[in-house]
Amino acid sequence: MDIPDKDLLAPGHRGCAGCGASIAVKLALNALGKNTVAISATGCLEVMTTPYPETSWEVPFIHVAFENSGAVASGVESALRIQGKDDVNVVAFGGDGGTVDIGLQSLSGAMERGHNMLYICYDNEAYMNTGIQRSGATPYGASTTTSPKGTASFGEDKPKKNMPMIMAAHGIPYVATASIAYPEDYVKKVKKAAETKGPAYIHLQQPCTTGWGFPSEKTIEMGRLAVETGSWILYEIDHGNFEITFRPEERRPVKDYLSTQKRFKHLDEEHIEKIQKYVDAECKELGL
Amino acid sequence: MVSIGCVIKTPGNSRNNKTGSWRTFKPILDKEKCIDCDNCIIFCPDSSVNKQHDIDYDYCKGCGICANECPSDAIEMVKE
Repeated sequence: MDIPDKDLLAPGHRGCAGCGASIAVKLALNALGKNTVAISATGCLEVMTTPYPETSWEVPFIHVAFENSGAVASGVESALRIQGKDDVNVVAFGGDGGTVDIGLQSLSGAMERGHNMLYICYDNEAYMNTGIQRSGATPYGASTTTSPKGTASFGEDKPKKNMPMIMAAHGIPYVATASIAYPEDYVKKVKKAAETKGPAYIHLQQPCTTGWGFPSEKTIEMGRLAVETGSWILYEIDHGNFEITFRPEERRPVKDYLSTQKRFKHLDEEHIEKIQKYVDAECKELGL
Repeated sequence: MVSIGCVIKTPGNSRNNKTGSWRTFKPILDKEKCIDCDNCIIFCPDSSVNKQHDIDYDYCKGCGICANECPSDAIEMVKE
């Protein structure tokens, strides 16, 4: 992998020790290069990288509200196009809350109108910045502060919203899933998305040490476990062609992934079995 | 003074904030054991390992990802 002399996301940001979001953004910006305008919805990323009057961004950056990063990215892209600046990458980043819940309508509009932009959802599977509240992307069984484990609840009782397939249903030219634990695969997809004419969407799983409850050094290991157990599947849909981009040699039991995180530690065998069945069905459907 | 639109005109000035002070454990790299896989550079959340694999202790928060992802066990986490 190409290592730049200087990353386009500067250190000194306030991300937690072991933060996956900064790895996600660093790798994406390095792949896109300096000729990029970045937009970010409200969320961990914006809070940790731009505590006024400081910024970690080495490219032009706009922070917008939770719900409108798709709309603002559309505007930036249109303004650049009218000025004849066709060689500038426009990339929007949103967390799972800013993407699958609050920002969904403006993102849907941006995708449907065909803007030449890339949207990357860094999915840490809950609202981590505001105190680990559940989102539409929180997986079944996870304990969060608004779906807490206890006598009346076993945690989140609904499966994760299938956001990449919602994006694929827009008929846009490029949709992919990725993981920070597989940087070559991720960077390749970012470059492919940038080269694609029209809208592109990447849904990136990003383990969160604070919200998921694992030691800070395990961020990448946790992403790898998600993929090795089939809990997170790496694929792309390039102009309608679906392809799995990474196949684990042998799929590990989902328990290996669940038992290492505090948010799943309370689950009994019955729930683990249910999650295993859900993962098996998903893998079968996608051909993993 | 807050600028109009809260514009920040100094890219990357979060470098003013030396996050190395957060650290409890310090990564020490044994270059003899290093096999140049660059995992420590690629996975560092704080861009604190350069191309020559020197660790920048001004910003390293001591998360330990580099040590965990090192295939040749060349990085040891030592208590400060």
